[in-house]
Parts: sequence; C-alpha cells; structure tokens
Amino acid sequence: MLDSFFKYEFLQNAFFVGLMIGFLAPVLGVFIVVRKLALITDALSHITLTGIAFHLLIAQSIVWLQPVNPLYMGMCFSVAGSLFMEKLRHIYTAYQELAVPIILSSGIGLGVVFISLADGFNNDLFNYLFGSVIAVTRNDLWTIAFVAVAITGLLLFLYKELLFLSFDEEQAKVSGIPGKWINSLFIIMTALVIASSMRIVGILLVSSLMILPVAAAIQLAKSFKQMFLYAVLIGETSVITGLVSAFYLNLAPGGMIVIIALTILLVVLFGRKLAGLPLQTFRKKVQSV
Amino acid sequence: MYKHTEESLAVQIKNVTFQYGNQPVLENIDLSIKKGSFLGLVGPNGSGKSTLIKILLGLKKPIEGEVSLFNTPLQKFKKWEKIGYVSQKANSFNTGFPVTVYEVVSMGLYGKVGLLRFLNRKHKQQIYEALQRVGMSDFKDRNIGELSGGQQQRVFIARALVSNPEILILDEPTVGVDSTSVQHFYKLLAQLNQQKNITLILVTHDIGVMTSYVSDVACLNKTLHFHGSSKDFEESDLSSLYGHDVQVITHDHGGAH
Repeated sequence: MLDSFFKYEFLQNAFFVGLMIGFLAPVLGVFIVVRKLALITDALSHITLTGIAFHLLIAQSIVWLQPVNPLYMGMCFSVAGSLFMEKLRHIYTAYQELAVPIILSSGIGLGVVFISLADGFNNDLFNYLFGSVIAVTRNDLWTIAFVAVAITGLLLFLYKELLFLSFDEEQAKVSGIPGKWINSLFIIMTALVIASSMRIVGILLVSSLMILPVAAAIQLAKSFKQMFLYAVLIGETSVITGLVSAFYLNLAPGGMIVIIALTILLVVLFGRKLAGLPLQTFRKKVQSV
Repeated sequence: MYKHTEESLAVQIKNVTFQYGNQPVLENIDLSIKKGSFLGLVGPNGSGKSTLIKILLGLKKPIEGEVSLFNTPLQKFKKWEKIGYVSQKANSFNTGFPVTVYEVVSMGLYGKVGLLRFLNRKHKQQIYEALQRVGMSDFKDRNIGELSGGQQQRVFIARALVSNPEILILDEPTVGVDSTSVQHFYKLLAQLNQQKNITLILVTHDIGVMTSYVSDVACLNKTLHFHGSSKDFEESDLSSLYGHDVQVITHDHGGAH
C-alpha cells in the first residue's frame, strides 16, 4: 500500500481529499442533525449531480469548458439550490420539509434531461454517483483544500452563533444574532462540502457521511463539543478504512465508507445495550403538570 | 395611574395594533413600564400577551403604533444584551439536543460577545455566577434534557441573566412546572427584582400566586383592560373576573368572530 501510495498521484489525491471530507462532512453533519435537516443533504447532493451533468452537456459544444473541472459547476448548482431551498422554507413555513422533495426531484429531473441530451451515461458519471478512488485529480485536491480551509475557519468563528441558532432560533435572534445571513451562509457551506465529498463517496452516498457518524456520536457525546470529537473520529475512521479496502478489493469507495460508518453505528448501539447503558432516545417531551 | 418622566421608562408601547390576517389580536395598546418595576401581564389564552411580547422584542411588526425600549425606538435599538427573554417555547425544546447546562447558559452571552469573537475568562466567571444565582451550579455538566421541568426553567433564567440584562421578560414560565417549584421560582424573581433592580415582565394566565409578588398588573384581552399597582388590582373587581372566569372571557371574545 505504502509503495503504491508514493508511486501513484491519484492515491495521494484520494487519500488527502478523504481526510478532508472525513472531517468536514461530520462536522457540518452535527449542525444538520441537531437542526433536524438531515434530508437537505440528499436534496443538495442531487442538485450537485444536475450541475455536473449540465457541465458535461455544455462542454460538448463549448470547447474552452472542456478542461474546466465539472466540480465548479456542481458547486454552483448546489449553492443556488441551497439558497432556493432556504427561500422555499420561508414561503412554506408550516411545511418546511416540502423544500427537500421539491429540490431533490427537480434536481434529478433536470439532471436526467441533461444526461440524455449528452448521449446518456458514461463511466465518468458513474464515478460521480458512487465515488471513485482513481477519479480524484490534483485540481480536485486543491479546490477541496481551499474549501476545507475556508469552511473550517468560518465554523470556528461562527461556532457559537450556529450552536445558539440550532438550539433556539427565536432566542438567538432576540439576543441580536443575525440569524438570517448566518443560516444562509451555513447552507452554502453545506452545499460546498457536499460537492467536495462527491468525488470520493459519490452523490448518492454523500448524505451518509454527514449523518451516520453523527447518529453514532449523539449516543456517546455528553456535550455539544464532544459531538464533534466523536463524529470526526468516526468519520475519519470510515473514510480511511473505506478507501483502503476499496483500493484492495477494487470496490466503489462510497459503498465501503457507508458500510463501515454503519458498522460503527451498530457497534455503538449494541455496545451501549451490552454495557447496560440506556440508548439515547429522542422522544418529544411529555408535559408533566 | 402613573405620572413619570420619560427617562425612568424601560418600555413604552404607544397605540400598538396587530392582526393575524383579518383577525384583530391587539387594539390600541398603550403601556408604559417603569424601570425597576415587576409587571404581571395577565390575560386569558389567546388574549395577545405573547404577541405583545414578540412585538416589543422586534420579532413581530405591529400594523400601527410604536415601541421604545429605554427611550430608543425599536427600529434603532441595538443593545439587545440589556433584554433577557425566556420564551414560552423555552421548555418545549428538543430534549435530545446534546448540550450541557453550562453550554446553554453560555448562549446568553453570544450576542453580547459578538461575531468572530470567543468567550474569555471573565465571561466564564459570569456564567458560573448566573448558575449560582439560580442554584444550578451543581448541574453545570449535566445534559439539559435530563433535568426536570423546574430545573430546566431555572437554567433558561440563568441564560437570560448571564448578560446582566436590565429587563427580564418571561413568557408563561411556569407551564409544566410543579407547584413547589413555582413558589420557589417566584421568590427568585422577586429577589432579582429587588436586589439587582431588574425590570421584570412576567406573562401569565394564572394570577393566583403571582399577585403577591408583582408590583404592577396589566390585564390584556385584545385591548388593555387594566394597568396599575397589584394592590389596586386586587381591590378591583377585575381580579375576580380574571382569576375565576377566564374561560368565560375567552368564550365571549372567541364567539364574537
């Protein structure tokens, strides 16, 4: 493994991108899960695919676009979709979950049209769906590194605002926190991380990397800060083990990463049971008068 | 009624009207709250109490009228750390949220600390002090969801207190809290009012115990029916009306629409 790692640039690319998304996806996932927005990750990953498909289609006729990384177009679509989704959530305040299927189905619908216009599926697109160890380019690596630095910085500085908005949005706004633009910024960050993760885990599986480690972490964490610690540990373990096994067994890395994250979640759940600890259940509070 | 200079006012509500769609909720409300007073804002369910509070917090915009906080019109008011607020929803939060008592109380400082800044040692000291004031120091590392309703309520008071507010607004704070805790809770509020000179606004539909702790009472039911000292309130017939026939009042007004 080490030999091939130093020999092949693509393995280095995949490994470093893996490390970055193994950190970013669970960290954002913590906020997404506690805000009960788990499904928006699916919606945004599908709209990212639409962007990729759109790029592949127009690159056929616009020559200068051909060498451009399709990831950029994916990011643009994802960000635009995320802002549209925020808008929809405000229009349908009482039916906030509506925004997810609207974006998800229209994203896929548009994507499929673009794909058929571009003469159907090819191997490239398959890699985008389920991830690939060999498809990550040096250019992807630098783009994602830039995203990772920017988002880590933003999260560090907006941590307290995001925590307050997630816990009690109304109260946060009363205490003078500019909720509207921080929420928009957060959803843009989510869109960028989803687009970045897609090379390795694939569009259909991005949400799992954001949600599964957090689902396990919430069983272990005693404070909000610990949530990040556990989620990142589990995320990185899943990504690294997933990538290595995918490389040796010649499998799609996205699938392996999800299987490992799921295994960790099950071990945590059964482990708590065996240790006689209660599972964290998340029922609505019953008013005791 | 009160005669006082403008400087001594914490809250001034002038001629405020609000409606949801065509349903009038508040009509021509005029209400001034002196600094240092402890106001009980009472009224039956659906009388517009919470709406009035949201208007004075800037969460809802009135159709007509004006609100000033510390003689600054609401639109220009920036010093939100002077206002502590414990919402009605505070005790119906997501109890599965993995957050400690300490973390919840620290949230009360976030707005004051400001964007792109971190909490320092002095802030931490303030958090410990707020926890101590409500008697929850021993619980600082516990998960908020594990506590009883009364304990959670005290944590939310601590969160509202941590930024040393000059006004503390509590919207139905005792719903779902057992009666011993409620007594304890009112004593704590009276203490804050007298010792720290915090202006208190307590919204409630239960006036039984409340009147013995507050200094002033305002009765709201779409319009302002009474505003005066709690002593005057107890002597007026409104006291019995609001105390016992709350259901009838709700019914009368509800039937009219």
